[in-house]
Amino acid sequence: MSFNMLVLTCLAYVILLFVVASLAERSADEGRADWLRSPAVYTLSLSVYCTAWTFYGAVGYATRSGLEFMTIYLGPTLVFVGWWVLLRKLVRIGRENRVTSIADMISARYGKSNLLGVIVTLLCIAAGTPYIALQLQSISQSFTVFVTDPVGASLAGDRTLIAFWVAVGLAFFTIAFGTRNLDANEQHHGVVTAIAVEAVVKLVALLAVGIFVVWFVASGPADILARIDAQALPEWEIQPGRWSGLILLSAIAIVCLPRMFQVLVVENTNDQHLATASWAFPLYLFLISLFVLPIAVVGMELMPEGSNPDMFVLTVPLALGQDGLALLSFLGGFSAATSMVIVASLALATMVSNHIVVPLWLKLRAARSLDQGDMRLLVLSVRRLSITLVLALGYLYYVVTGGSEALAAIGLIAFVGVAQVLPALLGALFWRGASRTGAALGLIVGMALWFYTLFLPSFGPDILMSAQLMQEGLFGLSWLRPYSLFGISTLDPLLHALFWSLMLNALVFCLGSLLSFPSPIERVQGALFVDVFDRSGPARSWTRPVAEAEDLLPMAQRILGPIEGQAFFRAQAEAQGKQGFLPDITPEFLEALELKFSGSVGAATAHAMLAQSVGTAVVSVEDLMAVASETAQIMEYSAQLEAKSEELSRTARKLRDANEMLQKLSVQKDAFLSQISHELRTPMTSIRAFSEIMMDSDAMSPEERAHFAQIIHDESIRLTRLLDDLLDLSVLEHGQVQLNIAPVQLRDLIDKAIRSSESVQADRKFRILRNRDPEGLEIITDAGRLTQVFINILSNARKYCISDDPQMQIKVRSRKDKVEVDFIDNGAGIPRDKQALIFEKFSRLTDSMQAGGAGLGLAICREIMHNLGGDITYVPGQGGAAFRVSFPMVLQPRDADARAAQSQASVAE
Amino acid sequence: MKPPRSPQFLARETYRMRRLMDAARFLPVLGVVLVLLPLMRHSPQTEAPPTASEGVYLFLVWFGLIAGSFLLSRGLRRTLDIPKRQPRPSAPSKD
Repeated sequence: MSFNMLVLTCLAYVILLFVVASLAERSADEGRADWLRSPAVYTLSLSVYCTAWTFYGAVGYATRSGLEFMTIYLGPTLVFVGWWVLLRKLVRIGRENRVTSIADMISARYGKSNLLGVIVTLLCIAAGTPYIALQLQSISQSFTVFVTDPVGASLAGDRTLIAFWVAVGLAFFTIAFGTRNLDANEQHHGVVTAIAVEAVVKLVALLAVGIFVVWFVASGPADILARIDAQALPEWEIQPGRWSGLILLSAIAIVCLPRMFQVLVVENTNDQHLATASWAFPLYLFLISLFVLPIAVVGMELMPEGSNPDMFVLTVPLALGQDGLALLSFLGGFSAATSMVIVASLALATMVSNHIVVPLWLKLRAARSLDQGDMRLLVLSVRRLSITLVLALGYLYYVVTGGSEALAAIGLIAFVGVAQVLPALLGALFWRGASRTGAALGLIVGMALWFYTLFLPSFGPDILMSAQLMQEGLFGLSWLRPYSLFGISTLDPLLHALFWSLMLNALVFCLGSLLSFPSPIERVQGALFVDVFDRSGPARSWTRPVAEAEDLLPMAQRILGPIEGQAFFRAQAEAQGKQGFLPDITPEFLEALELKFSGSVGAATAHAMLAQSVGTAVVSVEDLMAVASETAQIMEYSAQLEAKSEELSRTARKLRDANEMLQKLSVQKDAFLSQISHELRTPMTSIRAFSEIMMDSDAMSPEERAHFAQIIHDESIRLTRLLDDLLDLSVLEHGQVQLNIAPVQLRDLIDKAIRSSESVQADRKFRILRNRDPEGLEIITDAGRLTQVFINILSNARKYCISDDPQMQIKVRSRKDKVEVDFIDNGAGIPRDKQALIFEKFSRLTDSMQAGGAGLGLAICREIMHNLGGDITYVPGQGGAAFRVSFPMVLQPRDADARAAQSQASVAE
Repeated sequence: MKPPRSPQFLARETYRMRRLMDAARFLPVLGVVLVLLPLMRHSPQTEAPPTASEGVYLFLVWFGLIAGSFLLSRGLRRTLDIPKRQPRPSAPSKD
């Protein structure tokens, strides 16, 4: 077939796809898109898993390794058959959180960390590049094989040229349909439909070649089975390590590949579709694989030694003269390659724009506080640029590696790369303790190992990695050789890389998660993800409208573009039965608007933008945290207030107490004054009365005169004594007393006191009981003052002891440096209710018993004892009045001063 | 004495559904075991590997898994969310 003919066919096919995509877009726009979202289309779109690698490579793979090619399809089959365990949860979480890509998923789960988003994006680009190179290679190879005429052969033989134009064409198609209306997760109707058509084309093509081979070349299934056994090579032996390792790898890849995540999770609209796909997609894979081995076997029989088995799907029909079948087969391979490249570059472009460019732009805009600017144009340009970039990278990889390797090897390199996302992804779904730190470290470690042990060496020696390094290891350390790390040399390079990267990745992920402490957002997101089925339906809803439609329209215009934004608002208003561009702000409207935005700028950004201008009932964790910190501030403030008010009330209480004290003191002072006046008036009255008598009466006997004069004299003495006492008390109370501290014998003091007190009621006979031995104490104190106290006590006893046979017992005790002297008489004692009063000023038990005292004696005693550093107390229950005088054995002058000051202070209070 | 005619366990429907979910969890495990069986079946000492028979076996297992998954998904469909109506595409005219 001529080169031009082939190019024309391709163009015709592409135009057909364009038409299909446009029709789908149009019918979606007209609201007839329900059939586009059927389980059948969903399942067919999943077939982007089967790329050119499957279409051409599977046969080559089968030729080289027998049944091993099936592992690539058995892994996904097992995952889909077990959809209830993993995929159901993954899809539900993805839908409820409006995840736009696998990077978005990981970033959202681990506290909306953009760092993780960037890491996963870079990883996916690195892994996606070889895969895209693979598609370019397969298409250019098929061109070379197909074109036989000598004119076109030179053109078709230049593979890099073909690859270049294919890349350009695919970039054009992807940009045209993938970024047509800037919506990542809602309106890819055109692309999805085109992919579904391509899925059918490649399945039909492969089945057609298979049927032709089995029933027209061979004579039915039995014959084919016999031919398989006849052709079986020793290399076809199933190798246990590779068999189980590759099943595991492909099972991981079906979940982690960015393009698979795109069609599986992002484009999913409900669980029912997944239920259908759980058996329909394995069936698709089953049908795709069914004729691989027969085609391989027939190819081996028919084709000359050394021909490329990767092209058997094409070369076998060609060799048998079936040009129509070969053309169909060519279109099938073309479909497989193009659909993969379209979806992969779309998914990668979404990641790049949502995780790298838009956050950067928002940050810059926030920094410059620029509010104007067409977001839509920016995002569109970023997507287009990313698509171009991804395809350029793929082309570059193809040129660098020279496209000489077997197709399968390149595909598997990509698989191992994306498999690094698995630990973080499984942790996101099933382990609440998985943390951002762990995920980031695990991803970085896994990615580095994948680069070192598989990706860089895959270019071949001396391209990106020197042959010497590959031979001798990093820094010449043999245990760092890329293909046998840590001395493990029995595994083949692929399994070796898979083993080390996944194992260390998972190990670091677990350790990092165990040792780090997640932020609150992470923990909330973790709970949301892991316990997704424990909640009843999505919690998100807009309830309280705050913003006006007028405010939202400019924002919508910036994001969706003026025409689209206005059309959306007008349609919404119309749906509400209103004219014009401004619908009522209802929850339904807001939900629709957010959905609309999220396709353009990513779910998280859309939600944040609307939340900013509307205010939302469902508060984000950041909001909650802001509220919480505000609350904490308020609580702290109110606690401070409380403390202050407590302090205030304490002060008030103190003031009240002080006031009460002052009032009490005032009352006491009044009482004291009235007592004083009373005490002073009594002798003054008698003095005045007797002096008047003496003045008035002339006839007065000298005896009478002498008697009256005596009375006046006695009263003035009493008055003087009273005034002396008062003065004494005042001096004592104010601590102004001068103490004459000197060493003295206690016994001498007591002797002196007894002698002095005998003058009081000298007619009464008192028996003094004392033990003179303990009294022999040397004390250092003011002897005069202490004697005064003793005299007072003894005099009182003489005055008030009513016993017929009065006696006084004096006991002296010394304890450490304290001395206690007890004076106990055998009288009636002091009644209990009066015991507290006797040391107060002017307190007298009875007036009748008074014997010239003003009631200041004991008050003075107490003041003296306080000044001497001791005390005087009444001791009840001793068979009479009992007073205990206690004082320090050695009175320090300084103590005396301090005590005086204290005494003064207590008076002042 | 005649046993009671009505079933003793009343929430039969729920019980069946839960066992169906268990089966959905067991199916992939069974699949893994069946798919790994060829590893134990053949010793590498023999001349040519029995590729044809192993291939037939694997395709049969594969088909069995598909059939099992088909039956299970029919049963489990009832427990899934009722599909929410998608918001209609809004712009009525797009050129």
